[in-house]
Order: sequence, then C-alpha cells, then structure tokens
Amino acid sequence: MTTRQFGASVKRNEDARLLSGRAQFVDDVHLPGMLHAAFVRSPHAHARIRSIDASAALAREGVVAVYTAHDLGDYWRPGPVVVPPPPVAGAVFNERTQVPLAKDKARHVGEPVALVVAASRYLAEDAAAELAVEWEPLPVAADLERSAAPGAPRVHDDLPDNVAARVRQTKGDYAAAARRAHTVIRRRFAYDHGCAQPMETRGVVAQWDAGAERLTVWDTTQAPIAIRNGLAAMLGLSERQVRVVAPFIGGGFGPKIMLFYPDEVLIPWAAMKLGRPVKWIEDRAEHFFATTHERGQVHDAEIALDRDGRILGVRDVFLHDTGAYDPYGLTVPINSQCTLLGPYAIPNYDSTFTAVFTHKPIVTPYRGAGRQHGVFVIERLLDFAARELGLDLAEIRRRNLIPKDAFPYDNEIIYQDFTRLGYDSGNYAPMLDKALDMVGYERFVREERPKLRAEGRHVGIGVVCYVEGTGIGPYEGAKVQVQTSGKVSLLTGIGTQGQGHFTSFAQLVADQVGVAVSDVEVITGDTDQFYWGAGTFASRGAVVAGNAVNEAALAVRKKILRVAAEHFECAEADLVIADGAVAIAGVPGRSIRLGELAVHANPMRGAVAPGTEPGLEATSYFGPESGATAAGVHAMIVEVDPETMIPSIRKYVVVHDCGVVINPMIVEGQVLGGVAQGIGNAFYEQLAFDAEGQLLNATLADYLLPTALDVPRIELGHTVTPSPLNPLGIKGVGEAGAIPGGPLFAQALEDALELPMKGKELNEIPLSPCRLWELAGSPG
Amino acid sequence: MSDDKVKVRTTVNGARVERDTEPRLLLSDFIRHELGLTGTHVGCEHGVCGACTVLVDGVPMRACLMFAVQASGRALETVEGLAPAPGRLHPLQEAFRDAHGLQCGFCTPGILMTMKAFLAEHPDPGEAEIREALSGNLCRCTGYQHIVDAVKLAAERGR
Repeated sequence: MTTRQFGASVKRNEDARLLSGRAQFVDDVHLPGMLHAAFVRSPHAHARIRSIDASAALAREGVVAVYTAHDLGDYWRPGPVVVPPPPVAGAVFNERTQVPLAKDKARHVGEPVALVVAASRYLAEDAAAELAVEWEPLPVAADLERSAAPGAPRVHDDLPDNVAARVRQTKGDYAAAARRAHTVIRRRFAYDHGCAQPMETRGVVAQWDAGAERLTVWDTTQAPIAIRNGLAAMLGLSERQVRVVAPFIGGGFGPKIMLFYPDEVLIPWAAMKLGRPVKWIEDRAEHFFATTHERGQVHDAEIALDRDGRILGVRDVFLHDTGAYDPYGLTVPINSQCTLLGPYAIPNYDSTFTAVFTHKPIVTPYRGAGRQHGVFVIERLLDFAARELGLDLAEIRRRNLIPKDAFPYDNEIIYQDFTRLGYDSGNYAPMLDKALDMVGYERFVREERPKLRAEGRHVGIGVVCYVEGTGIGPYEGAKVQVQTSGKVSLLTGIGTQGQGHFTSFAQLVADQVGVAVSDVEVITGDTDQFYWGAGTFASRGAVVAGNAVNEAALAVRKKILRVAAEHFECAEADLVIADGAVAIAGVPGRSIRLGELAVHANPMRGAVAPGTEPGLEATSYFGPESGATAAGVHAMIVEVDPETMIPSIRKYVVVHDCGVVINPMIVEGQVLGGVAQGIGNAFYEQLAFDAEGQLLNATLADYLLPTALDVPRIELGHTVTPSPLNPLGIKGVGEAGAIPGGPLFAQALEDALELPMKGKELNEIPLSPCRLWELAGSPG
Repeated sequence: MSDDKVKVRTTVNGARVERDTEPRLLLSDFIRHELGLTGTHVGCEHGVCGACTVLVDGVPMRACLMFAVQASGRALETVEGLAPAPGRLHPLQEAFRDAHGLQCGFCTPGILMTMKAFLAEHPDPGEAEIREALSGNLCRCTGYQHIVDAVKLAAERGR
C-alpha cells in the first residue's frame, strides 16, 4: 500500500536540477543570432524630453537599432490596468498607466526613454551611454505628504492634483461608537515597506519564428498566461501564435506579477521587427528603478474602547504613495484598509485612503502587499490602548480576538478580490496562548526582564497578531495525464518562483493516482502546455491551483478504475491502485502497470464506445467563492545595544495557521523566509529618496538585505483550522511570515528601551539603529 | 575590438579551456555565456550578493568582480563540477535537498561553492561559524535557517 503523501515533508522534486546548476532561468536561454538590449533611462524624476539624438549611438560598432517612443508608432500606448478597482461605492480612481518609453516627459528616475539593441550587452550599454537626450528638469513631487498637498507639482498634467484614488469604506457607525467610548486613542503612523529584491532580477528573451509565424517569449513573470494574452492583443497575433515561458524563476515576491513592464512590451516587438532573437536582462542597478516597489503610507488613526479594553471602533485616514503610475489599481491600499481589522472583533470601522501620484517608481504588491501597513496601525493602537487602560499587551489582544464560534465572520467591507471581506474560519485564542507559551511570556515579564534590567541590559518583549486574506480567485486549472512510460504529468498555468509547486502539487497527484511523488512531472509556467490561469499572487498557489490539481487527479483516478475494470472485466470496487499499477485485490498476478493501461486507453485501431475519451487524463478548474483567511501570532524577545542601538533578537516565535498543510517542510520554509523579509522591513530596508526624487541607496551595498547574521533561528508552532471554502481545507502561506514584523519590532524595542516611562513611542517603520537613536535618544 | 582580444587559458571543472576574449569581459559572463556553464548565477554584479561565487584555485571568489583574463592560468570550479557523476549529487548538494536549504535556487550555486570551501577548512563548524561564513551570500527566500541546517547536516555526514 502506498503511503499517503499529503501532509508529509516530502523532499522536493525540483531540487536536483537546481542544485546541479541544470535548472533553466531566463538568462540561461541562449539562441543563435541573439541580440542584446539595454535601456536609456531618465536621470531625472520629472523632466521634459526636448530632443533625443541617436546618431552617435547608432554609429557605434555592433549597434543594430535604437528605438524611442516616436519609433513605436501605434504600438506606443499606455499599459493595461492589471487589477481594476473593486466595486466600492463612491470610489475615485484616476487610471494613469505606464508607457513603453517616455515620450514627452519622464515621471520617475529610471523611466526608460530609449531601447538600444546591439550584438552584445556590453556594446548595447556602450551605445546607450552615447545617446544624447536633452532634458528640461521640472519641479518634483517626491515626498508623499507634500505631493498630496495643494500646489504640489503635478505628476499628470491632465489631473487637477495628484490624487490617484480615494476610497472610503465603513462598517457600523464609528462616530457613534466613539461618543460612548471610555477611551479614544489617536496617533499618526508612518509605515514604509521596501522593495522585493529577488536574487534574480527580471528579464525577457523573445524569438520570432517567421516561418512558423510564432512568437516565443521567456519572461521572469509570475503570470505567463496574462502576458501571452496581452502580447497577442498588442502585437496583432492570435493567442495560439504566442508562447510565453516562465521557466525557473529566481524569486518573485510580487513585483514579477506586475504587467506590462516596458521591457515586456518592447523586447518581443523588437524581436519581431528585427527578425532576430533579443534578450534583455535587468541588472541590479536597473532593478531599483525598473521593477516596481512598495513604499510608504501615513496613517492618522484612532481607536475607541470601553473601560475593559474592548474595541468599539477604529477610524483611519491614510495616504498611500502609488508612484508615477497606478497600473495595479487599489490592491495595495485596499489590503492595508482591510487587513487593519486583523483577528479582532471591531464592530465599527471608518477608513478612508487617498492614493497619491509621486515622481517615483510604480508601487505594486510586494509580499504582504499593503497588509503590513494596516497591521502596524491596529497593533500599535492596541499597545497604546493597553498602556492607557493599564492592561497587559497580550491581555488586550485576547479580549478582542474574534471568538471561534463567530465564524464565518463578516467584516462587511470589500476586499481586493471584489468580494465582501469575510473570514472563513479561525480559532485565534489558542494561537496566542501557544505563542506566549513558546516565547516564555509570563516568565520573561515576571522574572527575566527585571533580573536582566537590574544588570543594566536593555531587553524587551513583543507579541502581535494578524490575519491574511489568501487564496483568492478567480481560478486556476490543472491537467493530469498518465504517460505511457508510467510517469504522470501535471500541467498547470500557475508559475513558480521557489514555492515548491513541483513537489506539493505532485504529492496531491501521487496520492490519487498511486505513484511515487518523484514520478509526477509537474510542468508550470509554459502557455503551450496549459492554456488557462491567472498567476501566482496573493498566497493562492496551493489553495487555488492545489485544489484544481486534486480534482483533476481524482478524475484521472476514476478513469483508471473504469479502464482497468473493463480490462480485467471486474468491478471497480475490486481494484486497488498502488505503486504505479492497478491490481485486483487479493488476486496475485492480476495487475497492470499504469503506463500499459494508458496504452490501452488510447487504441490506434478498431472502434470505441460512444463518448469515449482517449487516455488517462483529465483537466479541472477550481475557483473559490472568496479567499481563505490565514492567521498568525509572532512573539519575540529583543536586546538592544545602547551604544550602537543595534537590536539582537534573542528569541523569535511564530505560531501560524494556514489550514490543512500539504507539505510541512515547504510551509515552514515559506514562513521562515517571510519572517526574514519582515525583519528586513522592520529593521532597515528603506528606499531613501531625496526631495528631487533621486533614490540614494540603489545598490545592495546601500539598500541592505538581511544576512545569515541578522536573521535568528526561528521557532515555529502550527495550529490547523481547515478552510471550508475548498475541498482540501487549505489556506495560503506565502506572505504570512512577512506581515507582522514591523509592529512586533516597535513593541519589543519600546519595551527594551523602556520608552513608555519616558513618554516616547515608536510610530514608524523601519527602525534602523540611526532612526532608533533619533527617536529614542540615549537609553542611558 | 576584435583586434584587442586576449587569450584566456584556464581549467574549468578539470577540463582545459582556451578562448580569445575581450579584456573587459567579466569572469561571470565568460563562464555563463562563453562556456555555457549557466549554473553560476549573476545577482548583483557589484560583489554583494555572492550568487556568482566560484572557486578560483580552491578559493571562493565573486566571478562578477573578476575579469575573465584574471582567471588565466588558474583552476576554476563551478556548481556543474560538484556532482561526482550525472544523476548523482555531491554530499553538500544532498544535504541541501534533505534540509530544504533552497527555495527558488537562484542563490544556491554560489552558496554551495562558498560552503564547499568553508567545510574543507572547518569540518566541524558550529552554527555561529556557519552563519558568519554564509553572511557574504544573500538569500531572499529561505531566511537562512534551513541553509544553516543543511551545512550542519553535510558536516555531520562528512565526519
């Protein structure tokens, strides 16, 4: 009998290829006659292009072409809105999307103005440096609050101001709740989230086969199918003429779901125009400008509570920096708005955000996708409320957690997936208890902290809660097919960037079809292999594609039983599928290998019964009615060096609930990696712009990512509350670890530096040592 | 430009290689695009991320901070040379698979080469030593914990 693979920490199918250097990434694609592209980018955040003279660049050795916006003709047009605004009554949305090449004006540093194609990247960059652009610098709207103020330089001349969007969502009646409150706490918060910085930058390779009239594009995208559909439409091709391959991708984390980047529009076009393959690989310097960011919000928030610390309501008004264009609609700020509500019963809510155009690169979702900002606001408000009411920080959270019998819980407002923000299932109090137990909360507060402080040590503790709406629609699909070799192929449209899909999806198939996980070949991210799908985002791969895979595998199982029953002339109930074969239970020798059965299922001569479908294959689609809500509690003990203000994490605990788990090892890896990014965000990752919109830290030597010395060993605890919204009971996990790091840091650092008794607070993120020193002063 | 080419003579994973290259060609580009050994990845091209780390005469070096000509007369080892035979893995590679020491796998070749040299000199490392040795390689996926576990596992198995 085959062991059940679902729920087992199966070693990954993809690892041998990755470890041996055989896995193909986009930059590994090498084609005969291939040309290489480089972009000329704006050095100014806001400037008019007076003229471009390409003659010197064109005269250089090896240069094949130089294209500016004017060379694109009708192909030049603003990109699509990736995510249209959800239907919130009264919402304002001013759609201004990015263009392939800046035509009259550049609106952020790094916006491309010309494409150079040459025999090598070296030669293309040489020529790019010789392109003569005459710029007329214009006033810049860089700072978020100043950009929102009257009289600020406008990013888009045809709008009266820099408002990209304004959305108010309410639940209940906050004003009435505040009137009867015992305590109202008001604060201003600034939360800055950095950029994703996957270790692989973006890249595009395109090849036009004039004979076959087919375009093949290799793209580091998280959404190959959407790229295929969009390219076909833009280039006047049918979708069947375009193949987009997202091969192995070196990390995504959100920005690779953005489409269309200018390079994604231009490289395929140039390959068709020149009749030769063209490659563009973003270098790290470009990545800081050419790939989307996430950045800051400023919140003016208040919380109303009764005398026992129960939340009566929350009001929040915030600004969101969307950058120079807003192709990703409202997703990031609406995630902030929705996720602020957290795991707490908040009966009244009044939230308004204004998304603001600035002369900075575009903001689109990066792991967490705005959720961090909202979680910071509610968690900090609870901290200050607890202090005001004399409550313990864990206790005020416990009193406000949604009770387990209140699910499904309706938060009434509209979420990023256009559905009502509802929580499908949850059981939060045991998670909080478990985290407090794992971090040793009671013991630390009562015994260790006083003892260590008496020794002059600056130690503190933090505990925060959060929820994450995951696994949203619309749908994904999967095709399972038994090969005549006996191996089983699984095709799905969802791309993969390291999440282990080659294994977790294979586990689902292995269980249903009775083969080893290593005998399931998962093929993702190739539009010629699977036609339909949306993409990898919003922690949805395992939930949405996983359930499609499971249903397709179940259908194949049924086919196997039917075909085998005909073959053996027996009842399906007498058959057992295991170890790659179907056997009649209890009859030794009466067995057929799946590969052989697949041959029987595809007769080459003779007749078949009406309605017969060939092969042992099935395709299924799954779309949940709404997203599944995962949750977690993080706790940590931190010590701050009073000389350097460098915090060291003595203990970091995560308790997480992502429903039923396919592969615990992979889930653990996702959470650990998320926590590392959360630490970077909380501690020092910040895109530092000056007043002219220049990014001051655009290298990895200046924009620091956490290293192995910065990320501590993390202790994980899991609880399991299955989602009722999908047959497997799965919730997403991809972003969870990254979400609550900010408020956790702020809370623990405040405690370590004993700021409350000094009347000081940490109301912003990130908290680099320098910033901490400015805010906290010498701990003395 | 073609007149200015210089000869690069090196051994790569034990095989002798001779190429005429431009003096400004980075070693990382030479390995990837001239030799077609695309297992060595390029992450930052300014010496920070460590993804392009290869062994030069047994010492981990950032291939993006060297010109190909500087490798002339020296022995290079890349990730493709780790496994003892096709279809098999080096014990360090095995340990990374067993401990889930990789996710997207892009930084992995550089980490494997760095850790190969590290373990050769530190066959019985503690966690702090491993983290110190790893700190020049950036990984954005794993949070490093499983990489540390993998290196420990490889060291244990090697004893």
